[in-house]
Amino acid sequence: MLAQEVLQELVQALGQKNVLTEQEDLMTYAYDATAAMKHHKPDVVVSPLSTEQVAEVVKIAARHKVPIYPRGSGTNLSGGTIPVEGGIVLSLLNMNKILEMDQDNLTATVQPGVIIQALNDEAAKLGLMYPPDPGTVTTATMGGSVSECSGGLRGLKYGVTKHYIMGLQLVLANGEVIRWGGKTVKNVTGYDLVAFFTGAEGTLGIITEIIVKLIPAPETRKSILAVFDDVDKAGKAIAAIIRNKVIPATLEIMDNVTIQTVENFVHAGLPLDAEAVLLCEVDGYKEVVEREAVLVERILKEEGAVEVKLAKDDKERDLLWLARRSALPALAQKRPTTVLEDATVPRSKIPDMLKAIRRIATQHNLQIATFGHAGDGNLHPTILTDERDAEEMKRVHLAVDEIFQVAIALGGTLSGEHGIGIAKMKYLDWEFGEAGVTMLRQIKEALDPNYLLNPGKIVRRG
Amino acid sequence: MSVYNSLDSITEELRKCMKCGNCQAVCPIYKETRQEVAVARGKISLAEYILSGEMEMTEGMADRFSLCTTCMACNTNCPCGVRFDKIILAARAEAVRKKGLHPVKKIAFTALKMQRMFDFGMKAGSIFQVVGLKHIPNKHSRMARMRVDIGIGTDKVFPMLAGKSLRSEFPEVIKVNNPQMRVAFFTGCMINYFYTDIGRAVAEVLAEQNIEVIIPKGQGCCGIPASVNGDVDSARVMAKRNLRAFAKMGAEALVVACSSCGTAWKHVYGELLENDPEFKTLADKWAGKTYDISEFLIHQVPFRKEGLGRVVRQVTYHDPCHLNRGQGINQEPREILKNIPGVELIEMKEPGRCCGMAGSFSLVHPDLSVQISDRKTADIAQTHTDTVATGCPACRLQLQSGVENAGIEEEVMHTIQILAESYRAGKQKLNRQE
Repeated sequence: MLAQEVLQELVQALGQKNVLTEQEDLMTYAYDATAAMKHHKPDVVVSPLSTEQVAEVVKIAARHKVPIYPRGSGTNLSGGTIPVEGGIVLSLLNMNKILEMDQDNLTATVQPGVIIQALNDEAAKLGLMYPPDPGTVTTATMGGSVSECSGGLRGLKYGVTKHYIMGLQLVLANGEVIRWGGKTVKNVTGYDLVAFFTGAEGTLGIITEIIVKLIPAPETRKSILAVFDDVDKAGKAIAAIIRNKVIPATLEIMDNVTIQTVENFVHAGLPLDAEAVLLCEVDGYKEVVEREAVLVERILKEEGAVEVKLAKDDKERDLLWLARRSALPALAQKRPTTVLEDATVPRSKIPDMLKAIRRIATQHNLQIATFGHAGDGNLHPTILTDERDAEEMKRVHLAVDEIFQVAIALGGTLSGEHGIGIAKMKYLDWEFGEAGVTMLRQIKEALDPNYLLNPGKIVRRG
Repeated sequence: MSVYNSLDSITEELRKCMKCGNCQAVCPIYKETRQEVAVARGKISLAEYILSGEMEMTEGMADRFSLCTTCMACNTNCPCGVRFDKIILAARAEAVRKKGLHPVKKIAFTALKMQRMFDFGMKAGSIFQVVGLKHIPNKHSRMARMRVDIGIGTDKVFPMLAGKSLRSEFPEVIKVNNPQMRVAFFTGCMINYFYTDIGRAVAEVLAEQNIEVIIPKGQGCCGIPASVNGDVDSARVMAKRNLRAFAKMGAEALVVACSSCGTAWKHVYGELLENDPEFKTLADKWAGKTYDISEFLIHQVPFRKEGLGRVVRQVTYHDPCHLNRGQGINQEPREILKNIPGVELIEMKEPGRCCGMAGSFSLVHPDLSVQISDRKTADIAQTHTDTVATGCPACRLQLQSGVENAGIEEEVMHTIQILAESYRAGKQKLNRQE
């Protein structure tokens, strides 16, 4: 329980209406979008309206040694916003203004509570775009997205969130406010703290303002779907496309289990016996897109695709993408619990990874469907299960362990875009070794010695 | 198992939710408050905590469950197909079972149950309303604001009670020569007491199709105000009374011009009366032949195109949630509008976004209701039209209040009124030619 004194100070700093203390409200901040994760009730939820108010909250928390859990829309998949140690949930949703769209410098300055899609909509009006597009683009906040360094479907050509963050304003664990980076393309002044805080999952500081890079929106785009009767052929086709110097905006893959589930769900016309489907989109100037689309089509055929479909118009394009967009929803309706991982490997290892996942599924007698961003090696092995079945959940955890082992053995990583949070903390030494984990802890303790900011995530206490 | 009988009935529905939070993208209340409890995911969690025994149904809990306009936007945006409308009804019914009904609502629903008394009250009200309401000059309709704040502010614009209710204005059977069909008309309260112009338009347009219209005297409130607030017992009484009244008169079809009334007849009565074999059969029978007036005129008896006169209006159409998402009717009203000579249909930004009225929601949460309404009004203003058409009298009230307070010159009407206007214009032209 929080001391009455702390609550009074919070109310004084933010006003009664921005401080929630009733059980019925608090319990709705006990979870996020992560499956099969225990919920934890915070003691209070605060919604500051400015950087100054955030700093006030941090100072109050620091004085009383109360943990703070920064939170946006709570759509992350790593337990990143669950208040495991109680304390304060700090919602940034009321700091939701787009402060500036700068067409000359191609930047936007936003508050952390801005929804990614809202920024996209503003950028689109100027013929620009903000490329990172996680699946939660219509719900996730910019602050959350920067903190998790989210990826999405366009990673192959456009990169991920960290490639678009130019400057940050932050409140540190002691309540001090710093600004780092800015609108300049070049900036080597001091350590690169902008990169450092991007993807730090709110464990080192609280982001209160973000300067992002915008780019001209592509003039047009074209989608191509290819069906394969063999995973290896699909893998080779991915490599061949890249080797031919075509960098598609998106290059997605779905395995047989996903195809069957999706097809039964939306009837998009996918062959049920297909071993893999690749979905590719090229974008840019009209002339370039025309050339690349023809080239990709040819490569896919040469690499042994049994069927290649090129979307002629937007309607056909939407139909091709319907299958991919329906992947997660379709899978989620099959069983009550959907454990979605994001182990990532170098793209050349995609076929190996897919085969390993299938072996793991058989071995542990589990339903695992895999789809994901084949072009950047980021797969989403999705385990369909039921968290009330303790015996099956045991097998799920074993399978997850093995998926991570394989990913690391193939030269990959634990998490491509979902983050570590609580969910993957225990695997960190597999990737970094003890020395790496110790260094993470040293960094955490240097910046946040009392473990006030999002404690219980990424770094375990020493 | 009916959602009205036990919270357990929604166990499977709750289990479908994977907490992705996609409901946040479309929830009109969440867009205003940005608090998790406002959105479906938040209330789903609360229901789960109650079912698992971790939390109890408290009055605070009941307050949280009142935060929903039942617009069903989250249903459509849910990747897992969660029917949140069922969850919220079950949670509210449970709240009433455990904590009782809010005293004001209790009085209101009791009044609605006692149809004759209610009818008398409304008549008296039509005479004495000037005491509490201040008439506002408007060239289109009779509207007023509260003189005294009774807890919902004094900005809200209300339609004045009609001097004569619709059902007392018409005989029980409106005869035509050699009718091609006999259709029963369920008026609903708002059309009966406030917007009698909509009711007259329905009768007029059906007569144009050579249809005999029956308006059973024994009908009353559809019961939706009670059922959505968890007062299942009152809702059952009202459902049975209406079923009896219509069974007595008989008809080949039943038409409504209110999206809530339509939902009641099509979906709610059957579920409310699930454990009453006799009434369940009756409810199902009538559910199968209940049509929204626009649906009826497009699919059942395609409306007569000859005789339609010119109506010069630039119209934007607002989709009532319970017509659009609730009954899947969104093209039919547009189809009607497009067929009226002179009408130009101009779509607003988000025609399917909730207007924020949601019946008693607007009384319990007046500020939120107005905030939601303001967004709708802004979208309407952007169309630069002169008319807003909609398919529900409750939405009409809210939209009217919104445009009136924003000072926009815009007439708010039910689609059927514009169609009636067109038939009238057609006749006038004919008369002139003769």
